[in-house]
Amino acid sequence: MTRYIIRRLLGMIPLLLGVSFMVFALLNLVPGSPTDQFEFNPNIKPSDLERIRENLGLNAPWYQRYFIWLGNALQGDLGISFRNYVPVWTTIKSALPNTLVLSLAALLISIVFAIPVGVLSAVKRNSVFDRVTNIFATGFYSMPSIWLGMLMIILFSVKFQQWGLPSMPVSGVKDLRGGGDIWDRIVHLVMPAMTLALVSVAGWTRYIRSQMLEVVRQDYMRTADAKGLTKRVTIQRHAFKNAVLPLVTLIGLDIPNLFGGALIVENVFGYRGIGQVTIEALQSNDYSVAMATVMMLAFLTVLGNLIADVLYGVLDPRVRYD
Amino acid sequence: MSQQSTQTGQEINEAAPEQPAGRTGGLGSEKRNVLKESPGFYARAWRKLRKDTLSMIALVVTIIIVIFSFGAPVIARLTGLDYMTGNYAAVLVGPFENGENILGTDNNGRDILTRLAYGGRISMTVASLSLIFSLAIGMTVGSVAGFFGGAIDSVLMRLVDVILSIPGITLLLLLSVWFRPGPIGLSFVIAALGWTGVSRLIRGEVLSLKNRDYVDAARVTGASNRQIITRHIFPNVIPIVLVWASLSLPSLILYEAALSYLGFGVGIPNPSWGNMLDDSRSYFTQSWTFAFFPGFMIFISALAINLLGNGLRDALDPRLGE
Repeated sequence: MTRYIIRRLLGMIPLLLGVSFMVFALLNLVPGSPTDQFEFNPNIKPSDLERIRENLGLNAPWYQRYFIWLGNALQGDLGISFRNYVPVWTTIKSALPNTLVLSLAALLISIVFAIPVGVLSAVKRNSVFDRVTNIFATGFYSMPSIWLGMLMIILFSVKFQQWGLPSMPVSGVKDLRGGGDIWDRIVHLVMPAMTLALVSVAGWTRYIRSQMLEVVRQDYMRTADAKGLTKRVTIQRHAFKNAVLPLVTLIGLDIPNLFGGALIVENVFGYRGIGQVTIEALQSNDYSVAMATVMMLAFLTVLGNLIADVLYGVLDPRVRYD
Repeated sequence: MSQQSTQTGQEINEAAPEQPAGRTGGLGSEKRNVLKESPGFYARAWRKLRKDTLSMIALVVTIIIVIFSFGAPVIARLTGLDYMTGNYAAVLVGPFENGENILGTDNNGRDILTRLAYGGRISMTVASLSLIFSLAIGMTVGSVAGFFGGAIDSVLMRLVDVILSIPGITLLLLLSVWFRPGPIGLSFVIAALGWTGVSRLIRGEVLSLKNRDYVDAARVTGASNRQIITRHIFPNVIPIVLVWASLSLPSLILYEAALSYLGFGVGIPNPSWGNMLDDSRSYFTQSWTFAFFPGFMIFISALAINLLGNGLRDALDPRLGE
């Protein structure tokens, strides 16, 4: 097991190197540069511009800059933002926890919804409940999260306020006027997390349902039936664990979607996280920040996949690593 | 000689699912006659699909949306308004409020119905072009990797791993900085991400197909690699590709919408469903219908195509359905 984990961790290295090289090349080969903002400024002389470029290290060819970046990043130095000259790590440190909280909350909501609904619709296959959940699942699966978020804002924030009902905050991580305690943050988290969760919960419900149907067909289920156990016991004790187990892998594989979704949801709700930072950085050619955030997301994705694989092995003794 | 073996290959493949029906008892020449009379693989799938009410409704809705989108100039003639010129005397009019704008106007006083049609034309074009590009790249890479294996396979599949480690939307944002203007550039951007899924699918299928007896038979008769891939392997991969295409088209529509919404896709003044959603963000209190309609169009087209894809999957491959 330990050897397997070590081997997988080593396998992450070339993958992440590949990602970093690709992203760096994409960012730096793009027309446009961080100094574009000074280009048409009459107060900045061409010699000043040259000096700024020199100081930011932008005059070297991009592949040389890649190795400089790599060397610095490996020592924990992500550079400074080309836009406001704040260390990149400061920007990330303020935004990353928000994204993680949002994604984890959405993940938790999805699981809490998906497991019982998926199991129940498999147990009561082709019932009204099963059909209705199927329709909802396909519906939410096709739902653009942008629109879902907007509809939530329109209903629970705008309309509720107009109707004089208690309404939800429209945007932000916390209330700017003296907010920021735990309760205030939760209130601000509810709608973004629900939006993110509802879009992914649909796929998971269907997945658990099909896993459950698969398990119910197995021989040991027939044996349990034949022993005279009640349906409740066979489902709870024999089917449930086996059906839910593959979900661990699915969660691991779903992490990129979760972060990608978070990026859009953050934008809709003005929720300041890594996604917002990435978009701002890309809009202003702030390579150093964009590079860092994309690598951060890629790292978390690869790590998530690894953890999912390892957990699967821990939970399922049939899986052998060698 | 090679022609002969093609015949045999298809015969085995097409006859296989028919066996349980118990109609084809004999072998050799007798079976060949039955095959001539019985409907082909796709005719049978269509027959099955036609019986499925939900799929047929989805098909009709899809066709209506396509006609509405690509008939945008006709819609403009019917409404008597174009998508560019705004009437600043009638800004943010609700639906059915005046005789002129059936679905109301946007923040610039432009007719929402007309803009929806033109927006649909761009959204649909981008989605279908990116599907075609994804298929072209994905099928080539997948079949080459699966068929030749070895080092080529490793290199191509590591590339897929690298791309899949970056959350999709982030990669799209990175790439779209390059090709910002134009639907074709945007389609390439989306395809740069979209091909990975289908290439893995095709690779897996080719891996299992290339060792079948009929491929060996073709090889014995002296067929070249190219002939084997195009005449013996591709025809067997097409049903899976069709299902994949119909099930991934909705996510391509959603990607286009998200990019345009974030300001990295179709640019103003050209409407797309995504950038109409973006336009509506500041006007939730004045007119909620402005945000509702473009999102609804995205939702309903994604839903219809998803349902159609589900139906197609059941019709084309009985093994895939539960």
